[in-house]
Amino acid sequence: MSVYFPQKKLPYLLVLPQLIITAIFFLWPAGQAVLQAFYREDAFGLSQQFVGLENFVDLFSDPLYYKSMLVTMVFSFSVAFLGIGVALWLAVMADRVIRGKMVYQTLLVWPYAVAPALAGVLWWILFDPNIGPIALFLDRIGLHWNHFLNGDQAMILVVISATWKQISYNFLFFLAGLQAIPRSLIEAAAIDGASSFRRFWDIVFPLLSPTTFFLLVVNLVYAFFDTFGVIDTTTQGGPDGSTNTLVYKVFKDGFIGLDSGGSAAQSIVLMAIVGLMTVIQFRFIERKVQY
Amino acid sequence: MIENRPWLKMFSHFILVFGVLIIALPVWVALVGSTQPEGSFNSGSVPLWFGDHGVQNWAHVLFAEAGSTLQIPVWHLLLNSLIMALGITIGKIAISIISAYAIVFFRFPFRGAIFWVIFMTLMLPVEVRIVPTYQVIANLNMLNSYSGLILPLIASATATFLFRQCFMSIPGELVEAARIDGAGPIRFFFDILLPMSRTNIAAMFVIMFIYGWNQYLWPLIITTDDTYYTLVMSIKSMLSVPDGDIQWNYVMVTTLLAMLPPVAVVVGMQKLFVKGLVDAEK
Repeated sequence: MSVYFPQKKLPYLLVLPQLIITAIFFLWPAGQAVLQAFYREDAFGLSQQFVGLENFVDLFSDPLYYKSMLVTMVFSFSVAFLGIGVALWLAVMADRVIRGKMVYQTLLVWPYAVAPALAGVLWWILFDPNIGPIALFLDRIGLHWNHFLNGDQAMILVVISATWKQISYNFLFFLAGLQAIPRSLIEAAAIDGASSFRRFWDIVFPLLSPTTFFLLVVNLVYAFFDTFGVIDTTTQGGPDGSTNTLVYKVFKDGFIGLDSGGSAAQSIVLMAIVGLMTVIQFRFIERKVQY
Repeated sequence: MIENRPWLKMFSHFILVFGVLIIALPVWVALVGSTQPEGSFNSGSVPLWFGDHGVQNWAHVLFAEAGSTLQIPVWHLLLNSLIMALGITIGKIAISIISAYAIVFFRFPFRGAIFWVIFMTLMLPVEVRIVPTYQVIANLNMLNSYSGLILPLIASATATFLFRQCFMSIPGELVEAARIDGAGPIRFFFDILLPMSRTNIAAMFVIMFIYGWNQYLWPLIITTDDTYYTLVMSIKSMLSVPDGDIQWNYVMVTTLLAMLPPVAVVVGMQKLFVKGLVDAEK
């Protein structure tokens, strides 16, 4: 665009509402978080004391924080790989069928609209040690299921709930990516005698790699930040911290542990992580736009 | 596909149907469970076929009380959720469409800086800055209020970013033509830009409605008065009772009711939704 309106005051008026909202509900709290990270509150919240970097030192010498990091990594990568794998498979299948593509899309896409908190409740019902059909079935074949006591099982439950919701998103992007691959390429390979299996791994999958990488970043961000509800309704970080992700820990330490300094220090670390991921995402999107 | 192999097609359909069924399984169990009488879960697994308490359970939850510690009918929570979701959607679209308009169609000092300030909010979801944001809302006396539920969630750059992308693709000649015809910026905005962005606004509406409806953590911490509870977060208080006391049949009704509106929006406006989702990321 090279033509602009000449008004001088109007544009400020137009951006003002968003700036006010951003300043009050974003810049102010973010500034508070930065400040609080350098203070420590006493147990009754009556006085604050400047402690410098002590909150950060405490944080990085706390074995529980490293455990939470590990839990977050395991959780996020499981959700991302499982979600991408299943969605890619379903999308390849849906791309193959001629009739009913839209019907399948509709039937696969709706979980996107379900709140993470509710996804957790739905899968809890299936896996509840007392009433859940899947848990009772597992019991019958000799695998005792109780995600309230067993940390690994709790992790499996939150991974399944979080992935279930995200498959639809990945599916839509893969289907769009598959439909953008020129038919002539695949036909040429078929004439050269490549089996459908080879055609997938040597042509389709490499051509989908930008989509896959994009989805990997989006899924990791999703697993990091949007799965609070899944964890809060099902395991609440337990048993024994085995599903206590970094974002859940910020909430738990801040609201339940009332350690505002420690929670703020964690917020700062998380801000750095989100910032980094956002930069990666946008670098990548800019590259994608160029070709 | 290239070759016509009937068994391959059969296999694809088989996998897809299998996938669809697995994905629908939890909803099926919840639907069946929501029709059972109260005691039926104590004796073992959720039954796999409908019981005869369906109408009774649904009517009880919708009009009498949700059950467990939640003594408020769900229709009231549905209304709260609707107010919050629509407030966030309309508020976000309104403030971001005009700020994107200013950023794309005007040149003014600090334009770049303002864009970056707005853009920065992308990097900080509410979950990350939850404690200080809560304190700000408490200082402003907005706990237990609709404005407290809505306003902090409007501060996000996603919509601004999308509208900016969409406005940048509008040819400059259009602005020139409008100016030659004597249309000022306000006239241009209402008579040309808004009608041109109709589909984008609608797509944004679908995405933002789902985002607003599904909010969980924010309403959970700033509402203590159950007349301001939203439907999605209310499930928490229905589950926060000792394990044996959970009224599963009511929990299932509430869960299904809470997911119904956004799912209906996605299925009913699938084209717009897919467009909004795929465009937002490009």
